[in-house]
Amino acid sequence: MSMFGQVHVKNGQYKIKGDFHELTPNMPIRNSDDGWKLMGVTNPRDMTYIHSYGGESIFFESLSKGKLMATRCDNKKCESKGSIYQPFRIFCPDCLSKMTVIDMTDIAKKTAKIHTFMVCERSGAFNILKRPIKFINIEFDGVCTILMSYLAVGEPEIGMRVVPIFQKLDPTYTILDMAWVPEKTKSNHLPKGFSF
Amino acid sequence: MIKFSDKQLAIPKLMRPVYLVTAGQSKFDRAFPDKRTEELCIDALTQAAEMINVTPAELKSYIHTCYYGHFADHFGDQLLGEAVIHDRLGLDPLGNCGVKTGGATGGTTLWEGVKAVASGYSNCVLSMGWERMDEVPTDEGNFLISCAADKDWESPLGHIYTGYYAVMAQKYWKVFGKEEDSFRRTLAEIAVKHHGYARMNPYAQSPMKITIEDVLNSPVVAYPLRALDCCLMSVGAACAIICDEATAIKLTKNSPHKPLRIWVTAGSHTLRPADRRDMAIPLLPNETADQYKDLGKKFPGGERYPGFTGFLAARMAAYYAYNQVGIKDPTADLDVIELHDAFTISDVQTYEDIGIRPYGYGRDYVESGDCYHMNPKTGKPGKLPSNLSGGLIGCMHSVGATGIMQVFEIACHIWNRWAEIHGDDKLWKKFDRKKPADWTDLQVKGAKRALAISHAGVGSHVTATILMDPDKLIKKDA
Ligand SMILES: [Zn+2]
Repeated sequence: MSMFGQVHVKNGQYKIKGDFHELTPNMPIRNSDDGWKLMGVTNPRDMTYIHSYGGESIFFESLSKGKLMATRCDNKKCESKGSIYQPFRIFCPDCLSKMTVIDMTDIAKKTAKIHTFMVCERSGAFNILKRPIKFINIEFDGVCTILMSYLAVGEPEIGMRVVPIFQKLDPTYTILDMAWVPEKTKSNHLPKGFSF
Repeated sequence: MIKFSDKQLAIPKLMRPVYLVTAGQSKFDRAFPDKRTEELCIDALTQAAEMINVTPAELKSYIHTCYYGHFADHFGDQLLGEAVIHDRLGLDPLGNCGVKTGGATGGTTLWEGVKAVASGYSNCVLSMGWERMDEVPTDEGNFLISCAADKDWESPLGHIYTGYYAVMAQKYWKVFGKEEDSFRRTLAEIAVKHHGYARMNPYAQSPMKITIEDVLNSPVVAYPLRALDCCLMSVGAACAIICDEATAIKLTKNSPHKPLRIWVTAGSHTLRPADRRDMAIPLLPNETADQYKDLGKKFPGGERYPGFTGFLAARMAAYYAYNQVGIKDPTADLDVIELHDAFTISDVQTYEDIGIRPYGYGRDYVESGDCYHMNPKTGKPGKLPSNLSGGLIGCMHSVGATGIMQVFEIACHIWNRWAEIHGDDKLWKKFDRKKPADWTDLQVKGAKRALAISHAGVGSHVTATILMDPDKLIKKDA
């Protein structure tokens, strides 16, 4: 019986259950221009990887609870002490000390603005976002870096005020659990599973 | 503001002069159903030997170490593909090393080769690059490329690298391009130019005689970028032989060309754009801090550096390179360049990063006609012709080979062999390509100094390779 690969951690070790690969037979590639001579072979492969979020786990867990976490360098000796980083970084890029995790959901709700954006008609294989994808890069007051995400409702514009929404219902526990909508978007306009 | 220490900004110095002796490349195409990668690599190495009138076996007898640029193991579905190629080239038991820095892999492979010779470790190095991008359909290929973005923070967003690039394009388009139709047409002109030059290049994958309107009417990929604004996905190989002076002289005894001095520098920037604090613009020798004081006033939104409008990695590679070899003004001191035109707009961004024009004014390099072989405005030779190979838009982007192809091309100009190689009827026939009736000699007359920029999206790694006729150095002790 086939079953998606599942993993949990016990005693500091991965415990795995189910199928981590699917078997599909090779097929020959032949030349229709030249007597169907053999040119090569297909190599199907479908695998499930086991990936640790490590020190960023709290960021991805928090998205599913409607919270946007960031980090701040509180090392008194650091030249950039007090700098807030979003995307979340575990260590300060200047002094390499472990940073403090902070909840910046409010800052995001009050100050998030589109720094730049892109409406993308194409996607690669395994994409699950609806096309066209409206990529946005978001700046926040008091945050020294810029976050990439996507706009779920409306048309993006540079400088547009946006607010975060979170997939609290059936979260994927990936970066896709966070999206953005223009300020004042009504909650009944949000995509399925998402709320403010 | 981030500040860099003088140790970090120190100008590189080679321990001894290093020479590019010869180079070669395979045909480039979207797919080679009839060839294994090693066949393409052997084509490239065989040409490198023929260029200096030695046999492949003789050339191999000089090689001491090998650097192999092959970016994407998952594309070719062969981990340690370097070991396979090294074996098929019959170069065991020499030491070899795989190099991967995304789109800049080719340039970085040269960087490693130059350092190995400069340090005295080797007198002769093979730097070889290739990419096998036809083992998966384009959709899956786009997925595999997107794996080069941050896998937790970016790749799941559409699995499309073009999108991660295009947000930078959009910012540049709005801030410096001011969303002007005239600027959009300038971008299209770059695509027309590069597909057009590709028509004269038998190696090139996408020769096209097109108009600005054709570009503007091609399908939107990510607004304002359209299909014809984008680089190719390719298969092919290229190589270079890098030597110390004594070996260079020996190897070119019967060669129609002399060895060229070569320098390679490198810069980097965050994988996620704007992922560090901002900074002052690092200045090139032809710039002053004063000229950027009111950049944000002239171009509102352009005050954050490096932000989304420029590639810090390219600026740093140019900073190290120009200061190392004594270039004061790239337009005046260089004769021909090859830039990494992944997209028409990133080509313009690069003009500014490497100081061909100041930040904000990159478009003028195209609009003035300086970037052409023959300036269409004046009917005279362009001041600094760029991408006469057709670049990534017209010739190829076989990732690990790209930076080396660029160097092969600029070397052909300094060797005054461009027409001999690119006009060769036998080569056109061998590649099963039709030489156009209006084939034009694109040799840059009297070229003595050249530059190639190899770049990884979204500006994570960039190298600058400079070639000079050893009799035309700017700085004697460089
Ligand atoms: Zn710190």
